Amino acid sequence: MKNEALFRYLLRLGDDSLILGQRLAEWCGHGPILEEDIAMTNISLDLIGQAMNILDYAGVIEDKGRDCDKLGLLRLEKEYTNVLLVEQLNGDFGDTLMRQFLFDAFRKPLYERLVHSTDKQLAAIADKSLKETRYHLKHSSEWVIRLGDGTEESHSRIQNSLDNLWRYADELFYSDAVDSELTASGILPDLSGIRAEWDSTINVVFQQATLEIPANNWKFGGGRLGRHSEYFGHLLSELQYMQRAYPNMKW
Amino acid sequence: MATQEWPLWEVFIRSKQGLNHKHVGSLRASDATMAIDNARDVYTRRSEGISIWVVESNYVHANDPADADSFFEPSDTKIYRHPTFYEVHEDIKHM
Repeated sequence: MKNEALFRYLLRLGDDSLILGQRLAEWCGHGPILEEDIAMTNISLDLIGQAMNILDYAGVIEDKGRDCDKLGLLRLEKEYTNVLLVEQLNGDFGDTLMRQFLFDAFRKPLYERLVHSTDKQLAAIADKSLKETRYHLKHSSEWVIRLGDGTEESHSRIQNSLDNLWRYADELFYSDAVDSELTASGILPDLSGIRAEWDSTINVVFQQATLEIPANNWKFGGGRLGRHSEYFGHLLSELQYMQRAYPNMKW
Repeated sequence: MATQEWPLWEVFIRSKQGLNHKHVGSLRASDATMAIDNARDVYTRRSEGISIWVVESNYVHANDPADADSFFEPSDTKIYRHPTFYEVHEDIKHM
């Protein structure tokens, strides 16, 4: 393998996109209104497109002949290293939008930094994905504000979504030897400002949405190390079904 | 429930620089920002446009279809209003 740390970093990045894209795809045909049904599937396809670019590149770095289909659709549960946040159940529309908002508010400043990576391919993928992600964040922010500052019912429901999902937000900022090795070799630019930018984004939006960040600071993690929630196996069985039933099939 | 429905918006898309915004359809949204976002998602996902206008349908006023005869038919017989009686110089293309 050319660079194990880069391979593992790309899997983390790609798995976040892939699994959230798969979750959003579950809304196809079930959106609360036609316009949102299309918006969520558009975003799903953006994320799956990002995952394809990232996992294809991970396959190049791994150098064992695996492409995005092999990596995305044929690994075992423990080999996926997405954060737990993105695999959480869709719940109601507010749950989905809150999950998306917490993620988008992280992804945008991340891509804004990755475009300066010394790795040209990673920088190019980040540049393409950033344009999509800016819109995703706008979309999820607008909805969080409207649901939070909407009716009594919409407010209490989306506050409840935030209360339930808050414990998964911290894992977005997980870092270990993979990150420090890539920072040392210059592939990853300085990512230290992301948390402050995320904090500021969510505070501005939550203030407009009249939402309160939960006082309970219990944190869940483990996804980055392949330890997933009980929902994950079910998600994979749907995601992987076609490639398992018809190996090597092409669409 | 009818009073709880979101207002209807008419969507206009400019397909490229120099062309007019054209009416492409309508959608429902809670306010103008959401109407533009929705229009982006519903009407430009295959690169149909570079600019979006939305207008709340309430503000579009139309002629009464019952008046169509007196509105439009009189002009059918006035061919002299079309500039077809001019000689166009042969060097002028694309007229």
